Amino acid sequence: MSPLWLRQIGAVLRLELKKTFFSRRGWWIYCLAIGPVIITLLHWLFELRQTADHHHTLGEDSIVFAALFLFFYLRATIFFGCMGIFSNLFRGEMLEKTLHYYFLTPMRRELLVAGKYLAGVAVALVLFVGSTAASFLTLSRHFGPAWSDYLWHGPGLSQLGSYILVAALGCIGYGAVFLMCGLLFRNPLIPAAVVFVWENLNPFLPDLLKKISIIFYLKSLCPVEVPVPPPFSVMVVESDPSPLWIAVPGLLLVTAVLLVYSAIAARQTEINYGE
Amino acid sequence: MTETQITFANVSRFYGEVLGINNVNLSVPPGITSLVGPNGSGKTTLMNLMTGLIRPTQGEITVLGVPSEQPETLCRIVGYCAQFDSCPKGLTGRQFVYWFLRMHGYSDAECQAKTAAALDRVSMTPAAERPVAAYSKGMRQRIKLAQAIAHNPQVLVLDEPLNGLDPMARAETIALFREWGAEGRHVIVSSHILHEVDQISDQVILLSQGYVVAEGQIQGVRSEVKEQPMQILVRCDNPGALAARLFQDNHMVEAKISNDRKGLLLRTTDADSFYLLLNRVVLESGLEVESVAPADDDVNSVYQYLIGAEGGTV
Repeated sequence: MSPLWLRQIGAVLRLELKKTFFSRRGWWIYCLAIGPVIITLLHWLFELRQTADHHHTLGEDSIVFAALFLFFYLRATIFFGCMGIFSNLFRGEMLEKTLHYYFLTPMRRELLVAGKYLAGVAVALVLFVGSTAASFLTLSRHFGPAWSDYLWHGPGLSQLGSYILVAALGCIGYGAVFLMCGLLFRNPLIPAAVVFVWENLNPFLPDLLKKISIIFYLKSLCPVEVPVPPPFSVMVVESDPSPLWIAVPGLLLVTAVLLVYSAIAARQTEINYGE
Repeated sequence: MTETQITFANVSRFYGEVLGINNVNLSVPPGITSLVGPNGSGKTTLMNLMTGLIRPTQGEITVLGVPSEQPETLCRIVGYCAQFDSCPKGLTGRQFVYWFLRMHGYSDAECQAKTAAALDRVSMTPAAERPVAAYSKGMRQRIKLAQAIAHNPQVLVLDEPLNGLDPMARAETIALFREWGAEGRHVIVSSHILHEVDQISDQVILLSQGYVVAEGQIQGVRSEVKEQPMQILVRCDNPGALAARLFQDNHMVEAKISNDRKGLLLRTTDADSFYLLLNRVVLESGLEVESVAPADDDVNSVYQYLIGAEGGTV
């Protein structure tokens, strides 16, 4: 039989998945995840009907996807999706007055945080990594054999791997941020708005401040750079991307710190449903 | 676990500026203990403190020797049927109990068996597959009770457990409390229904405005309330003569003869002297006494004496 702590985390994980996966309350999160897939599907179908001379190049499509990934996935879908999933893990229970159900079990609060976080990560990975992969694979399908060649013999598969890694790290990192917001703040939307502004200001921040963010490390891992159009290009502060060996462990370290802080906060949380 | 009491040592709890409970010192023995007090008197605060859902601002609480800030140990020996009616979304009654047990760390087979036993205990097996959200108030109370007893705790804490129950379910639930109390477990119940508290309690804790006003067996508590004359009902063949004789002693405050001219309701400041005097009267006058019984050593009377109108609604 597995150790007690593992059984308890497993129980929380399964209960949370049962409760949250495909719940009606999360409809907008599913829309966020499926939105870009629909756009790329439409693009594919539209391109199929175009004549050959109207086609753009595969290289152009890869930049289009890079922009879609950076601006739509990282800054909107994954950010807001994780906000919806993770900030509700504890705050939602408080609003629904059900947190005492968990707090009355002989489980260390740290394990409860771990179980809920893992459930959130599992949902986010399925939705957003799945959506990223689906969008990538459908965007340029109209190129036919050239696309297959690009995918299997060119940089396609490696790019896909990078995007999947970045999307997964985004879920993991933002998940930890929003889990903590849900534990510490009565209204997690306020810190979420602050984080949103901070993350979006990142290109315009000085080098040192850039590094105090999640988007900086995620962007460093993106395989294709997106050119910044004028007039924004004037304001952008150029800085060297973080290498893979710093970006990945760095993000995981930040995540671990946030989770430890969340666990401490959970340990001090009392049942007070605002009555 | 050798400690058998639930203890509160100088415990206070404030919600910001608002007083929850203040300087509570308690030692609760096994058996059924009722918490009685008006709304806002601190009953739920006391229960939340002893189940570790909130922490004291000062003081220490131990439950059978386990400090309340150790949920990993505390929740194995405590079952709490809280006042909150809500349950995690989408769960059926069976799942509600089952997943609670899974989080205790029991195996699937153990959880299935314990869930079935707990559901059966509260007569919820037929409705177990329905979502809790569709349950009536009474069914919710019962499923919460099933959750509280499922892991077979030594201490059962129940916040208004009889609310919303129909008479049959009430009787079954009270029988369950009695059974648990008789087994030497702690059953801590808060209730607004004083006559039920009277029926089931081994001891009571009276609370008012965050303070423990009295605690102990209700008769003991009543006898401590010296400023309120004790009421005693005597059924006899000549209550008028008895009243006349009794008033020769100065501890008698009031006497009322019942409409059937067979009963005498007395108020005395010294019950012991009254009983001695009654014996003497019976011997001297040949008075035929059918029964003698205290008329105000119930929770309702004690509540009125100690808390009364200042306490607001019960």
